Amino acid sequence: MVFKRLSRRLFAPVTAMLSIFFSSFAHAEYVLNMTKGVSTISNDIYDLHMLVMWICFVVGIIVFSVMAYSIMTHRKSKGAVASNFHESTTVEIIWTLVPLAILIAIAVPATATLLDLEDSSKSDVSIQVTGIQWKWRYKYLGEDVEFISSLSEENRDAVSASSPNSVEHYLRDVDKRIVVPVNKKIEFLFTSDDVIHAWWVPELAVKQDTVPGFINTSWAYIEKPGIYRGQCAELCGKDHGFMPIVVEAVTMPEYQKWLVAMRGEQAALAASSDKEWTQAELMAKGESVYKATCAACHGATGAGIPPVFPALAKSPVATGDVKGHINIVMNGKTGTAMQAFKTQLSDVDLAAVITFERNSFGNTVGDLVQPSTIKSLR
Amino acid sequence: MSEQKTEQSADKKSITSKKLFKLVMIPVFMFGFGFALVPLYDVFCNVTGLNGKTGRVEAAMVDQREVDVSRTIKVKFLANTGTGLPWQFKPVVTEMEVHPGQIYEAMYQVSSSADKVTVGQAVPSVSPTEASLHFNKTECFCFSQQELAANETRDMPLRFVINHKIPKEIAEVTLSYTFFNIEKSM
Amino acid sequence: MTTATTHEGDHHDHGPATGLMRWVTTTNHKDIGTLYLWLSFIMLLTGGAMAMVIRAELFQPGLQLVEPQFFNSMTTMHGLIMVFGAIMPAFVGLANWLIPMMIGAPDMALPRMNNWSFWILPFAFTMLASTLFMEGGGPAFGWTFYAPLSTTFAPDSTDFFIFAVHMMGISSVMGAINVIATILNMRAPGMTLMKMPLFVWTWLITAYLLIAVMPVLAGAVTMMLTDRHFGTSFFDAAGGGDPVMFQHVFWFFGHPEVYIMILPAFGIISAIIPTFARKPLFGYSSMVYASASIAILSFMVWAHHMFTVGMPVAGELYFMYATVMISVPTGVKIFNWVTTMWRGSMTFETPMLFAIGFVVMFTIGGFSGLMLGVAPVDTQYHDTYFVVAHFHYVLVTGALYSIIAAFYYWVPKWTGHMYDETLGKIHFWWSTIAVNVLFFPQHFLGLAGMPRRIPDYSVQFSEFNMISSLGGFAFGLAQVFFLYIVIKTIKGGEKATDIVWEGATGLEFEQLASPAPYHSFNTAPEIK
Repeated sequence: MVFKRLSRRLFAPVTAMLSIFFSSFAHAEYVLNMTKGVSTISNDIYDLHMLVMWICFVVGIIVFSVMAYSIMTHRKSKGAVASNFHESTTVEIIWTLVPLAILIAIAVPATATLLDLEDSSKSDVSIQVTGIQWKWRYKYLGEDVEFISSLSEENRDAVSASSPNSVEHYLRDVDKRIVVPVNKKIEFLFTSDDVIHAWWVPELAVKQDTVPGFINTSWAYIEKPGIYRGQCAELCGKDHGFMPIVVEAVTMPEYQKWLVAMRGEQAALAASSDKEWTQAELMAKGESVYKATCAACHGATGAGIPPVFPALAKSPVATGDVKGHINIVMNGKTGTAMQAFKTQLSDVDLAAVITFERNSFGNTVGDLVQPSTIKSLR
Repeated sequence: MSEQKTEQSADKKSITSKKLFKLVMIPVFMFGFGFALVPLYDVFCNVTGLNGKTGRVEAAMVDQREVDVSRTIKVKFLANTGTGLPWQFKPVVTEMEVHPGQIYEAMYQVSSSADKVTVGQAVPSVSPTEASLHFNKTECFCFSQQELAANETRDMPLRFVINHKIPKEIAEVTLSYTFFNIEKSM
Repeated sequence: MTTATTHEGDHHDHGPATGLMRWVTTTNHKDIGTLYLWLSFIMLLTGGAMAMVIRAELFQPGLQLVEPQFFNSMTTMHGLIMVFGAIMPAFVGLANWLIPMMIGAPDMALPRMNNWSFWILPFAFTMLASTLFMEGGGPAFGWTFYAPLSTTFAPDSTDFFIFAVHMMGISSVMGAINVIATILNMRAPGMTLMKMPLFVWTWLITAYLLIAVMPVLAGAVTMMLTDRHFGTSFFDAAGGGDPVMFQHVFWFFGHPEVYIMILPAFGIISAIIPTFARKPLFGYSSMVYASASIAILSFMVWAHHMFTVGMPVAGELYFMYATVMISVPTGVKIFNWVTTMWRGSMTFETPMLFAIGFVVMFTIGGFSGLMLGVAPVDTQYHDTYFVVAHFHYVLVTGALYSIIAAFYYWVPKWTGHMYDETLGKIHFWWSTIAVNVLFFPQHFLGLAGMPRRIPDYSVQFSEFNMISSLGGFAFGLAQVFFLYIVIKTIKGGEKATDIVWEGATGLEFEQLASPAPYHSFNTAPEIK
């Protein structure tokens, strides 16, 4: 009786675990297992994961059953008398060799998958991915398409309002998606402008660190069109949790169309910098650019978080010589989180945000920066 | 405490202090080893190509007879600029097909939009890392610091050779340069 | 002998001095062991409070309680305090209390250094904790402090963090030297190496690991310091350095470090299970060899923490093979414990419950460790909650459980009082249920794609995070309950017999009274 009660108590956590485990299958929202993904390699990885997991399950069940049986029968309260054996070379050799054999069985498929995973040559599309605190820059090599992708504006609002359910893909949506063709080998070349980030999209089974000054490669061959979401996987500072990735896989013709559209957009942007802008236009534009790009560090009110992120209100840079201000915004400041925004923002955005910073938060310099000035400094 | 025991402990203590010295030397040695890991790591990387840094060879050392025309390797060129450097940096040619063993010249272009002299240092990186062992440069702007006058534009040549011993599986090599501002903070 | 090495002719045998100065100036291994154990308990509750902040913020999606930067310093400090403040000092405390008693020595070999190595720690942790109140906030780059986030991009308080790590390192190295000197020189006549209890063996191996790798950590933080202030560029790509090299140096320390935190636990479990199975440990010598081979392997697998950093294939293959190899000696240990229980005559007092809990849940942690070691699959696991679940199974239900088990097992010998068995059992079941509710769902979160070290998450992770947080609060509360049990046991309780447990073996039980006298074994005991 005592034994029964005890065994029930002993297994209570296990039963609790299992009931949670199985009841969860009823809900579609939560995921219990690794995604199979949509790329060739993600399927291999999933199979390998399942193999190792089942081996662990089986070994675990054997070991725990032996242990449970022993706990139930070999107890003093049941009158068990302790035997005195404490050595057996044969047994020890067996349980060294059996696990070794299992490990070799795992190592064979693992080696094959790893060799495949590391071979990113003969690709059809090459995309350079640069991690920047806290956004991604994508550059389609040989296609003249380059853009920055960061947390979408609705998401940003949802974060500051602390209302995760107000948007559809909380923390998993960006302003500009990266579009790739299906059934093509896509090579990703990773690097970083500041700290180490990691680009991770589970469905593609691509997770690779971006290291400043170094280049890393990975690849994906996506078999199914769709939208795949991921995020940064290496702690990269304050907004590490707010740096999503959205990959849209489309057919080749759609991909070509998208490239043309992107090029057109970039050309239009370049053309807009030749126009004269009014102060009001620049201030309005500047405010939205500031909110999306600068507020994360310098604060919505320009107060910053000194001493790491300096205030802009009454700052010597934002109220001093305009050349110095343009220089620091365009080229960044070495050894700080202040990035080179010339690679992230258009001429108009840069001109607008600099104008905005010089005439907000109590700063009243009064001058305005034209996009053409920025263009000439590129 | 009996007399005898005190003696015994003194005896043990003297053994201990000899051993103690040896024991203290282990952490001292390991502290040094921590620093030694830096050059060791570099040596290790040069031998294995672990970190993707490239090698340097003298042009005279390259044996042109070892050109393997039967193989073609695609080389891609990338360029990045670190923060705080008002430079535009790009490869003039973005891709090249090369034969192992032959010396090629590639060109990068850099231009400054600063109104004063600026100094940068380029750091190379090769992917896949296995290829970096076999990717050698006979001439490179990355060997020394580069000083650019105000608004200067300059072509920067690079002469390289891929060793014919490069593993057969490697069909593509990416060479990336990042120009860093070397004045630590302005 | 203690008296001989401290105050010639001063008779301490009557017992300790009184008042605060007793604790400040003590060179007695039992006093210092007590100090270490209390420090680690305070640190456990401090680090635990930080974990509560983390779990409270993650209770539901959206930022509710703390700013992301503060959240990052919480995860950083939680990790540092638990590793360097809770687990390691607790093991050193147990070593201080137990090793002299187990090998028949009157005290540690270097009692004054012993005092030093303890008293450095409170200052180190005060300094570390003070960074939280500094301008720019505390260290917020994770307990692994990867460069360049911890160098170029770190807050000013990082210098204090570096100095605190130096102090902890010095303390650990001194403690380790003391343990080695004690074990090698102070064993009673007849106590040969292969007669030593496994706890002594595993601590000897641990101590060698400590003096080998703590200085490497000191080297790493020193390089950080010179990178930050003296113009070197060890880890700065701009100056020709390599940020990835930081990770190599760090994990060269870091991987042996995880065995530093688990080997003494193996020793504790190997003492408890035979006692309550009333049967000698199965395969004593293979346990010794397994511990030694785990220690040696631990130096050769560090880069398995870096599979996604961009290594050559050959490197990844080597580190994968070497890593999965570790499961062989670890498996041997598990099998030996199970076989020790087999055909024993078991009873299930609290120490035994925690020991069995250790074996089961450490094995679960071992399985996820094996999965993580398979390099291509690690692409999906790396830096997710799967990893968080893995190392908490190994460190909480592994290392911490062994420490709690050790407390219940030896506390009657230390205080002369039995703990309250009912409360002990409640503590076990409460903790075990809570800890599984806390960490098991984190496996699912990781597999579903939730990265670690994020203050806010996408809504599909809500359910398991909420379950996990509830488990977290319950587990935290259980340890406050443990504090009550500890105080209650010290204050009083049923008088313990000298042998304490029916099946207990070892000098500390067989030849010393309960509570153990202030100076044990002034005359060397006889070893059978």
